[in-house]
Amino acid sequence: MVETLSSVSDPEIPVLTVLDLGVIREAIEKDGIIYIKLTPTYSGCPAMDVIGDDLKKAFSEIGKQAKVELVLSPAWSSDWISEEGLQKMEEYGIARPLSESNDIDVLLNSKKLVKCPQCQSTNTHLVSQFGSTACKALFKCDDCLEPFDYFKCLK
Amino acid sequence: MSNLYNYILTIADNSLILAQRLGELCGHGPSLETDIALTNISLDLLGQTRSYYQYAAKLKGEDKTEDDIAFLRIEREYKNCLLVEQPNTHFGYTIGRQFLFDVYHLMLMEKLQNSPDETLSAIAKKGIKEVSYHKRFSSDWVKRLGDGTEESNQKMQEAINDLWRFTDELFFMTEAEKAMAKEGIGIDVSTFKEKYYKEVSEVLKEATLTVPENKYFTKGGKEGVHSEHMGYILADLQYMQRTYPNMQW
Ligand SMILES: [Zn+2]
Repeated sequence: MVETLSSVSDPEIPVLTVLDLGVIREAIEKDGIIYIKLTPTYSGCPAMDVIGDDLKKAFSEIGKQAKVELVLSPAWSSDWISEEGLQKMEEYGIARPLSESNDIDVLLNSKKLVKCPQCQSTNTHLVSQFGSTACKALFKCDDCLEPFDYFKCLK
Repeated sequence: MSNLYNYILTIADNSLILAQRLGELCGHGPSLETDIALTNISLDLLGQTRSYYQYAAKLKGEDKTEDDIAFLRIEREYKNCLLVEQPNTHFGYTIGRQFLFDVYHLMLMEKLQNSPDETLSAIAKKGIKEVSYHKRFSSDWVKRLGDGTEESNQKMQEAINDLWRFTDELFFMTEAEKAMAKEGIGIDVSTFKEKYYKEVSEVLKEATLTVPENKYFTKGGKEGVHSEHMGYILADLQYMQRTYPNMQW
């Protein structure tokens, strides 16, 4: 089961599996059917439909039928991303979410706390509160001048 | 049940129509960052709409789906307020519309999260996180434009002056809203009207804008009587389902 689940990755951040992302709330096998509870990161996240389909496909490849249910409560939090997931994300070039108060400081009060995933400098500034997807904000490093995504803290 | 159904639509239709308006800007935003921001906000609102419609469809039964509710109603059956259907006249206007809605929307979600209706409460809890970002974005831009150049200040002021007349409708209670508030499931929106105008005024002042004193307000959307813009919005929104019934992506 875990092996099949971890073969499915986030279409937006392909280095993260659904388990790293923390969107699988439950997966149980009953009478030969796999029942999966999936929590969306953001309400309108288009990746969720894709993830649901990918899960069904992954299980059908091992001869099992999977049923996926979206659950909204409790709402997903960026705290649910595993430490391993956060490391993979950074290696992939996306800065990891800061604590809630630091997140407000960087997004609202232009504090320099987000670490550039390329050169590790915190001499970075916010370009846009909304990045390539709703869960990310766009930053730019003032040392190596690379733009990069920052995964927003969501609680 | 029919009160609950109508109540859900009263909230959800605002998100749908505003999402549609913001979606029109995809690829047309004044800068890449604002384009992405506005379409991300649109997507959040659309996601919330889907959760509400799925719930409403379940209540309705009769094999209804979220798509039936989104695409197959006539204009009079949409319950969104007039504010959200106003056009993207210019960037300041879009920001003004967003700001006046976001302040209200967040206050409503903060109340709705405590509703004993588990589904509404769950949607609201999830929505709060998103709508807080929307409000940050729109109020930042109101301040930036208001306290910007002479021209941006003038355009922002004109937008606020023009949109002001739609704000009172946010606090108008339809029969469904009254009934659900009485049952303790829905929210009595009049309870945060004063708070709303206070917060809006504070941001406007910080943006060096004048709070309109105009006491002439207009309403109708929440009861299905929409402005002339609504037909065009629905034509765009419904075109595919009307032309190719039951089509799927
Ligand atoms: Zn750097």
